[in-house]
Amino acid sequence: MNRRPVFLITVLCFGFAFFYIPILSMIVYSFNASRLATVWGGFSTKWYVSLFSNKQVIAALLLSLKIAVVSATFATILGTMAGIVLARFTRFRGRLLFSGLVTAPLVMPEVITGISSLIFFIMMADWIGWPGARGFTTITLAHITFSMVFVTTIIQARMVQSDRAIEEAAMDLGSRPWQVMLDVTLPTIFPAILSGWLLAFTISLDDVVITSFTTGPGSTTLPLLIWSKVKLGVTPDINALATLMVLVVGLGVVPAGVLMMRSEKRRLADSRLAYRTND
Amino acid sequence: MGRISQWFDRRGFAAMLIGLPYLWLLALFLLPFLIVVAMSLATKTPTAPPFSFGGDHPWVNGQAYVRVLTDGLYLRAFLTSVGNAGVAMMLCLLLGYPMALGLTRVSKSWRNILLMLVILPFWTSFLLRVYAWMGLMGKNSWFNGLLTDGWNLLVPMDWAVKSIPMMNSNFAVVLVMVYTYLPFMILPLYASLERLDPVLDEAAMDLGSRPWQVFRDVTLPQSVPGIIAGGMLVFIPAAGELVIPSLVGDASSPMIGRLISDEFSSARDWPMASAVAVVLLVLMVGPTMLYSHYQARAEGTK
Amino acid sequence: MQDAAEPFLRIEGVSKTFGSFQAVRNVSLSVGKGEIFSLLGGSGCGKTTLLRMLAGFEEPSAGRIFLDGRDMAGVPAWERPVHMMFQSYAIFPHMSVEKNIAYGLKHEALTKAEKADRTREMLELVQLVPFAARKPHQISGGQRQRVALARALARQPKLLLLDEPLAALDKKLREQTQFELMSIQARTGVTFIVVTHDQEEAMTLSDRIAVMDKGEVKQIGSPTEIYEFPASRFVADFIGSINAFDAAVLGVEAGLLRLSVPALGTEVLARGQSGVAEGSKVTLAIRPEKLRLSMEKPADGNAVQGKVRDLAYFGKDSLYRIALPSGVLVQAHAVNARRGDEGARVADWDDEVWLAFDATSAIVLVE
Repeated sequence: MNRRPVFLITVLCFGFAFFYIPILSMIVYSFNASRLATVWGGFSTKWYVSLFSNKQVIAALLLSLKIAVVSATFATILGTMAGIVLARFTRFRGRLLFSGLVTAPLVMPEVITGISSLIFFIMMADWIGWPGARGFTTITLAHITFSMVFVTTIIQARMVQSDRAIEEAAMDLGSRPWQVMLDVTLPTIFPAILSGWLLAFTISLDDVVITSFTTGPGSTTLPLLIWSKVKLGVTPDINALATLMVLVVGLGVVPAGVLMMRSEKRRLADSRLAYRTND
Repeated sequence: MGRISQWFDRRGFAAMLIGLPYLWLLALFLLPFLIVVAMSLATKTPTAPPFSFGGDHPWVNGQAYVRVLTDGLYLRAFLTSVGNAGVAMMLCLLLGYPMALGLTRVSKSWRNILLMLVILPFWTSFLLRVYAWMGLMGKNSWFNGLLTDGWNLLVPMDWAVKSIPMMNSNFAVVLVMVYTYLPFMILPLYASLERLDPVLDEAAMDLGSRPWQVFRDVTLPQSVPGIIAGGMLVFIPAAGELVIPSLVGDASSPMIGRLISDEFSSARDWPMASAVAVVLLVLMVGPTMLYSHYQARAEGTK
Repeated sequence: MQDAAEPFLRIEGVSKTFGSFQAVRNVSLSVGKGEIFSLLGGSGCGKTTLLRMLAGFEEPSAGRIFLDGRDMAGVPAWERPVHMMFQSYAIFPHMSVEKNIAYGLKHEALTKAEKADRTREMLELVQLVPFAARKPHQISGGQRQRVALARALARQPKLLLLDEPLAALDKKLREQTQFELMSIQARTGVTFIVVTHDQEEAMTLSDRIAVMDKGEVKQIGSPTEIYEFPASRFVADFIGSINAFDAAVLGVEAGLLRLSVPALGTEVLARGQSGVAEGSKVTLAIRPEKLRLSMEKPADGNAVQGKVRDLAYFGKDSLYRIALPSGVLVQAHAVNARRGDEGARVADWDDEVWLAFDATSAIVLVE
């Protein structure tokens, strides 16, 4: 029908205003000269200056990035393996428990994951003396565990879509299972692996709750730093930090998304063209 | 050498693929969780670590569970959590459903842009999204001022207020939950609505249904899996939420996540914290099963 | 009250444009009450758009549609006494067979008992009584097709639109369903408009056919008229297969045209057509089954000689491709009347054969 869904469009506009007005407000107030974060006192960029000269913030950011890169990489490796297993190995002993283990962290409240990880690390240190001090290692281990299942979900969904026959064709042509994996499976699901890594990276970079339980003295990630500041109230330098993060996301994610969409479109158009020329 | 490579190709490779992630999850997810379950049956002691399995209650001490079920504090915390999460879920549905439906009705090129705008907040820090609302809800903010002016215009003079006390209330918790979890509602709903065959709408219209009847008879019943999946996707994490109630919530009526954290860190009562956690998990089993049952159907992958 | 001169359905100069694309161009046609009328054409010929305008899903850009004397302009789909059987059947997946069939009755001012009766009647009509409680995914494709039919008929429409009604069925089922559709139509007396790309389907089902191409109606007529007397090379080509040759009219002799056909390398006689003058360029068209194949030269009539280049054995008949001295390939059908092994064929590869046809069998097309 040609009627415009006026009501739906109105709600969409309201919804997007709801999504973006708080963020816009935060950006505007990051240029606020006043020390009172919510009262406008003229334009200023002084909070950005103070942010960049704050060694604590820089150190926290570097630690967060380090943890995110390491944990995302391991989470992607383990998560991809688990995703392939769930999509391709339909029967093996313990599959039910395995798929349960892969789903449970997705719905487990973060507080519980955090506490159980902490108690586990304390007990391990007590029993076998490892891990010694809590910090980078414990945070990274917890992040790997909790973000790998997200990677698994992405990979599994992608694997279910992909044509199994091409793997069988490779096997039929003499490839061993590990060669099939390297030559066929991994290249075809590469975009999914990449988005899995990105997701794991963001989850790690963004995590507060689990990190707050598994961290130790001296290991303050950026979210933990923000968390401790924000608990005390709204401060202008956090506005500035938030603005920078939104900017990074805007500059990083949006073009990446557009590129992905374009290449997907081109792939579709190409295959359509290929079919047509085959006729 | 040949033997080993043959073994690797036939069994070893598969065993490695299955074994590595399996062992990892067993060791770093299941084992810690089992320790928590065991911990919930231990006895609190003033030692380090602050528990023991001996003493008056050798091995199994159900005291913590008795307290969870009898102490009003815990009961209230559970009710607050379920209440806030439930209200947030309903509001997400009320706002998210028309948004998801709207997304299926706009042109293809707009749809991709708008979908990206729905997902974009996912990529910005969760903490900062909560923080953004702290700025808006504060007493001196322009947003609070705007609402206050509106309120003062509408009500008699006697009820006029200087600012609306939004922060540190369940209202604030629910509002921020809706804000942060709305995409979780929209995406599965969109997935299930987008799959619907528009020809079915035409068929219903052809058989005499007006547009609202088409929605009631055809669209709505078919999107039930999406509604349930989205609803649970909001409800489950919202009920266990720690960050939102800590930042904008009412400290006098804590939600369960905050209670677990306080019990653990401040009161150093590990068995108690573990018991509350176990009870929370048990409560979440139902919603989780609902979710996993409907999620596959909502996305159309069986 | 219906004017005697007023046809049941009258489409008057209807056009439909989508942006710069003209899907339907100035279509006018009339359909009588109780007729089975087919819109036949390839994909993109505008037949589905025309159907959707009848159903009320699209408004014509120009022209008008009258149903039973009533102008349908501005009448929304849900108020039209016109129901559709969708190509995909569009069965509501969340409702049982019975609920699907009863769905349209929901909006009728009937008592519960009347609705139940009508639903029952429909279930019986399409022989689905034992399946009433099943969900759509628990029944077969043919049964789904019958649910769609019963659902559309339950409201007793004045006009039933069938969009490719048999396309989703396999070959065997299609033939059976064809006859079922015809008998249901005969019993209910509802006017059927069928959209199809399948000429066989159109030929067996319909009383009359409109052949469409590029949004225009090329010819309207009974199946026999369309097949035996196509009005244009397009229609002749679209319905069945045909051999077509460029020809020039040499003269008119006793109602027959003498044509010079360079491709055949000879002069032939064909039945005359009004408005064809000496010297005009025409197309000579002959259906493959109208060509008689023989090893000896026929005594009289139109005949040409050629060599069998290819033959395909279908069992009941064989298709021959015969190369003429001019290099043109001609298709001819011959019935395998005798039983036997290889000897059953009239001719074999590389045989020199004669092709003959009657003057009345040849079609002369001006367009």
